[in-house]
Amino acid sequence: MTQYSPRYAGTVTKYIFVESPDMTPSDLAIRAYEISQGVMIKETCFGLQVTGSEDDVNRIIDSLRMLDPSHIFVKDRGFPPGDSRRCRANLGGARPGYFGHEFEIGLIRRVSKGLESLPARKPKDTPHPPAPSRVRKLDAARLKKIIDSQES
Amino acid sequence: MAKVFIYPTTSLILSDLVARFGHTPLSAALQIRDRIQTPGLESPPLQITPEGPKKGLRWAAVEVPSGVRGRMSLYGPMIEEAEAAIIINNPDFSFGCMGCARTNELINFLIRKRKVPILDLEYPETDEEGVEFVAAIKRFLDDLNGGAA
Repeated sequence: MTQYSPRYAGTVTKYIFVESPDMTPSDLAIRAYEISQGVMIKETCFGLQVTGSEDDVNRIIDSLRMLDPSHIFVKDRGFPPGDSRRCRANLGGARPGYFGHEFEIGLIRRVSKGLESLPARKPKDTPHPPAPSRVRKLDAARLKKIIDSQES
Repeated sequence: MAKVFIYPTTSLILSDLVARFGHTPLSAALQIRDRIQTPGLESPPLQITPEGPKKGLRWAAVEVPSGVRGRMSLYGPMIEEAEAAIIINNPDFSFGCMGCARTNELINFLIRKRKVPILDLEYPETDEEGVEFVAAIKRFLDDLNGGAA
């Protein structure tokens, strides 16, 4: 085993996804470069990765989010951009976490609709979200009763 | 501002909505970042060393496979830290080459055992469900202490 020295220690990396009819990742990247002030910006096919100190990254995100609040989505990333353990340039094929993003981006327009409709919603309106079906499963006591009835 | 455990722990939608409505999402990326930025011995790809499964013993028994215990060393601390949780049931992508069905079951069991406020959801399949989905998350987060009402 070899010694490991982390790159970009003390920084945070965040993904910025854009799924908008009015804005492309490159529009977002141009705006981000304008206000980056030394923070590392990487443009991707779905948006950006921003790496830097937490305050700087949050400042950039707050500013970019204002461009299209209901169509820009942000999440943390563990690895810095271009890390050889994750970057598909080294691995071949899609990055492992990409499949999760691909799945959620496929339905994120519904979330955008939800965000757009929030201001018009009355505070007292009770939401009825898609909830998991409650199929009653066989409980242990009932199973024991069945077993006992078969044995006697 | 409450610490909200999200499941799936890599969810973009939940991570964004929790942060957007003024709380702190507890996602897998934070734990991975912690390991990636800590110097030590090289252990690619996720810097999970043999210490991981040992730490996982706090949440899973010794006869449980090391893969589950290693994963629990990431998720266990977040479950203990959580003040609330939002769970999307049956996410397809959390089971597969990068997922683990048993870990997912254990996570769901442990977070429910914590007795913190939990919002149970499914992914929205229509626009109308999307509207209700977002409204439910906002209502849930606003009701937590310190929420942006």
